[in-house]
Amino acid sequence: MAIFIDQQLCVGCAACLKACPYDAIDLVDRKAFLNDSCVHCGACVDSCKFKAILSRAGDGPRKDLADYRGVGVFAETRHGGLAKVARELLGCGRALAQARGVNLTAYLIGHEVQPLAQELVAYGADQVVVVDDPRLAGYRTAPYCRALASVIQQQKPEIVLIGATGIGRDLAPRVANRLKTGLTADCTGLAIEEGTGLLLQTRPAFGGNVMATIVCPNHRPQMATVRPGVMKPLPRDDQRRGTITTVKVAFKETDLKVILRDVIRQTGKKVDLSEATIIVSGGRGVGGSKGFEALRDLADALGGEVGASRAAVDSGWIDHDHQVGQTGKSVSPRLYIACGISGAIQHLAGIAGADFIVAINRDPQAPIMKAADVAIVGDLHQVVPVLAAEVRRARQEAGR
Amino acid sequence: MIDFKLTPEQELIRKTVAEFAATVIAPVAAELDEKQEFSMELTRALARQGYLGIIIPPEYGGAGANTLTYCQVIEEVSKACAAQGVTMSLSNSLVAYPIMTYGSEEIKRKYLPALASGEKLGCFGLTEPNAGSDSSNQETTAVDDGDAWVINGSKIFISNGGVADFAVIIASTNRAAKIRGLSAFIVDKGTPGFSVGVKENKLGIRASNTAELVFQNCRIPKENILATPGRGFRIAMDTLDGGRIGVGAQACGIARAAYEAACKYAKERKQFGSALIDFQGIAHKLADMRLEIETTRLLTWKAAWLKDNKKRFAKDAAMAKLYGSEMATRVAHQAIQIHGGYGFIKDYPVERYYRDARILELYEGTSEVQRMVIASYVLGV
Amino acid sequence: MNIIVPIKQVPDTNDVRIDPETGTLIREGVPSIVNPEDRHAVEMALTLKEQNGGGRVIVLSMGPPQAEAALRETLAMGADEAILLSDRAFAGADTLATACALAAAIRKIGAYDLIICGRQAIDGDTAQVGPQLAEFLQIPQATYVQALQRESDGLLRVERAVEGEVQILALPLPALVTCLKEANHPRIPTLKGCISAFREKPYRVWSAADLGVPLEQIGLKGSPTQVRRTFTPPPRGQGTVLTGDPAQTVRALMDTLREKGLV
Repeated sequence: MAIFIDQQLCVGCAACLKACPYDAIDLVDRKAFLNDSCVHCGACVDSCKFKAILSRAGDGPRKDLADYRGVGVFAETRHGGLAKVARELLGCGRALAQARGVNLTAYLIGHEVQPLAQELVAYGADQVVVVDDPRLAGYRTAPYCRALASVIQQQKPEIVLIGATGIGRDLAPRVANRLKTGLTADCTGLAIEEGTGLLLQTRPAFGGNVMATIVCPNHRPQMATVRPGVMKPLPRDDQRRGTITTVKVAFKETDLKVILRDVIRQTGKKVDLSEATIIVSGGRGVGGSKGFEALRDLADALGGEVGASRAAVDSGWIDHDHQVGQTGKSVSPRLYIACGISGAIQHLAGIAGADFIVAINRDPQAPIMKAADVAIVGDLHQVVPVLAAEVRRARQEAGR
Repeated sequence: MIDFKLTPEQELIRKTVAEFAATVIAPVAAELDEKQEFSMELTRALARQGYLGIIIPPEYGGAGANTLTYCQVIEEVSKACAAQGVTMSLSNSLVAYPIMTYGSEEIKRKYLPALASGEKLGCFGLTEPNAGSDSSNQETTAVDDGDAWVINGSKIFISNGGVADFAVIIASTNRAAKIRGLSAFIVDKGTPGFSVGVKENKLGIRASNTAELVFQNCRIPKENILATPGRGFRIAMDTLDGGRIGVGAQACGIARAAYEAACKYAKERKQFGSALIDFQGIAHKLADMRLEIETTRLLTWKAAWLKDNKKRFAKDAAMAKLYGSEMATRVAHQAIQIHGGYGFIKDYPVERYYRDARILELYEGTSEVQRMVIASYVLGV
Repeated sequence: MNIIVPIKQVPDTNDVRIDPETGTLIREGVPSIVNPEDRHAVEMALTLKEQNGGGRVIVLSMGPPQAEAALRETLAMGADEAILLSDRAFAGADTLATACALAAAIRKIGAYDLIICGRQAIDGDTAQVGPQLAEFLQIPQATYVQALQRESDGLLRVERAVEGEVQILALPLPALVTCLKEANHPRIPTLKGCISAFREKPYRVWSAADLGVPLEQIGLKGSPTQVRRTFTPPPRGQGTVLTGDPAQTVRALMDTLREKGLV
């Protein structure tokens, strides 16, 4: 255990001086400071009426953190509907809430978003807190931050999840700072630790070369942004019941100073394999730039990008932008489909961050076939078009 | 007494030049070589980076860096494209140096800032059809005609000859005095009687312009002389001594390019079921190549250190140049050997390194001349 | 315009290799570099300064003394002055504690118009320090900025690119933006730039005491998050091998993909 005094909260009342059995607290300029005599016994902690004295235990949340209960998720909206990630967060939040034996709340923030509340219930929320305000039309950091931080301060959840989207990654750090709590970025795994009940937040680190599990033991809520596409939503259940509460937020003038002038939808995209969630990649076996057309078709069907091995890039069949491994990029897609790639060490290292690898190769002995979750022994020129057609059909069915 | 560590400043310079070379020069090197094209665009880019005025003092618009720093830049640029290394070497060693050291204040003010900024390119004219290794046998003459020097003759194999805005040339002002009758002049492009002759078609450094300079009753202002009449041979030899350190650095650059290409290929290429690098015969070749590169670097840096510390460096510069130039040819030769047949075709860069390396044994004094220089210093012959 | 650019020295994670035998990270020999997107931030600052008739660009970093190399490199690009926050007390900081120290340093620097950060660092990929810094300083922010320009009314017009959309925002200054690599091409330092970075430009090192920030708000002590464990995902074992007619193998694959929620 270690004791800290938050100088911003300390008012210099000197109550803690009397509580300390070791004479380890000094008052300097009306602020309390620990001196070298402190043995971090914790006797002072409860003497402070202003919660300026904090103790950190290595073994789990302290009692006062238990005021925070429940799991909250930020329900991001896009073009008047729920963002896909909002449903995914509900799916994951549901499991965490169950593990903790608490409620799952969705925070629905925006303008004219009230109608979406019931949908959040259908996807797993026990409660929806709605902030619906014309000043929240179009995403702007400051008013959204004000709204979300206020709701969290009222609700006091122990866990808050936000999608690691362009909006979530803009908003979450600011909210976490306002609440002076921890935030773990871009998590791909979330679980409750047995015993401590802490949120175990797992994410790729060091350029995706290792995984790290992060905890936030002494601050609440435990906040995380979650990589889109990783968590699975629950099936929609319109029979589910939940409470929907609307709250008003008092915005400050400074919250509204940034002007959102316009939003332009972009067409035509650049290749960024490091961000891609699905990659269809080709190697020497593809045989030429024409061969890559079939791969591109499969990638389009899957909504992914096209990658390539060094051999294919060096052969001039495809631009260097597409290269994976060695002088190319390390990638961490959810799905990596390697077509006609033998699997040199550098290539395998470059795709080590991939969640699921499919290899299509004529040679069952190729190293990639040993690294793949599913290895199809066969000619990619036959397999790829069939797979693209199947994917399209599956998508069409799902779309119905 | 000895410190082999580059300063943080030199480390940063090396790193930034390497980035510039890899991103700006290397991508176009093969094409320029193939087309035998001198790229003015690349030359301007070199100037913008400050690489054409490395050793020029800051008061004349240069970076005022020392010879060791100059070697770092030359090596990295030459690694990407030997011909651009020539452009740099020319601007710094062969043109800026004699002007800085022997030019009048007016000449320095007129030429150095323009050289550093890339606004003007220079060239250095010493070699003649009958004055190669015997460079004292100058047939170009400069005659005092009252208000002007009148120059007649021709210079061959002049790097930058066809693109330079001015030339530093050596000519005889007194043929009877032989070596002591030589003098150094600056001739501006556009001076009547000064023209560019044939442009050479070369084996290597093809992206460097090499041409003949022709002087026919070319009248230049009286003040366009470096130092005084009769000092020309001294100026030429002093200039070449310093230039040879740069050739050592060029050798390191070209050889490193060949060595790295060979290492990469040896790791990727499989024969008999193993990567080439796993065969001892190949690994030992690469070890020897690396050894020779490091040896050259030590010789080159030592010569640079001697020059920077105002000590006699001519012998050491000759050693760096001689060893380095022959080393670069050997290393490029082995790089092709490691590539096998692929090394012989233009899909891989090593054949270019091999062709580019060859010039190093010829210009700024052939290997034979270097041995003469070294022998004269160490044996007194 | 006076612009502050916080930068980070990072290991070049593209150079990291995985030991094929043990599956562990080989960190040895991995060079330290200026975080790539931070170079774009410096470029953005220099361009903006040039377009708006002067001012100063100050680069700021927190890290061990070796981070000097990164700051010198950005000085060589053209920044006017560099400050390194270096103190054992800063060590072990998470994004909040890092932003806290940077905010204290920026308050000490005094007047500024704009803070430009790179989108995120390649070693952490969190993209959190920028927004957290803006919150500490109570200034507006725009992340993922691909273009910006100062307008005649003093507002900063920014294009914020996120998920297939571009938001056009007008920000009052001072403000903080984080910049995308698509925004520009960072200039390569010139030779003179390199030399003046070491010989002419101001370079300062500030300790925690210089900032006057409470020790419990910085470094490990000021970090709400803790790393519980770091691990390399175990090497993949042999997966399912499918052989036979493409129609069959694809069907089997589709079943697995569906089960995994991948299609």
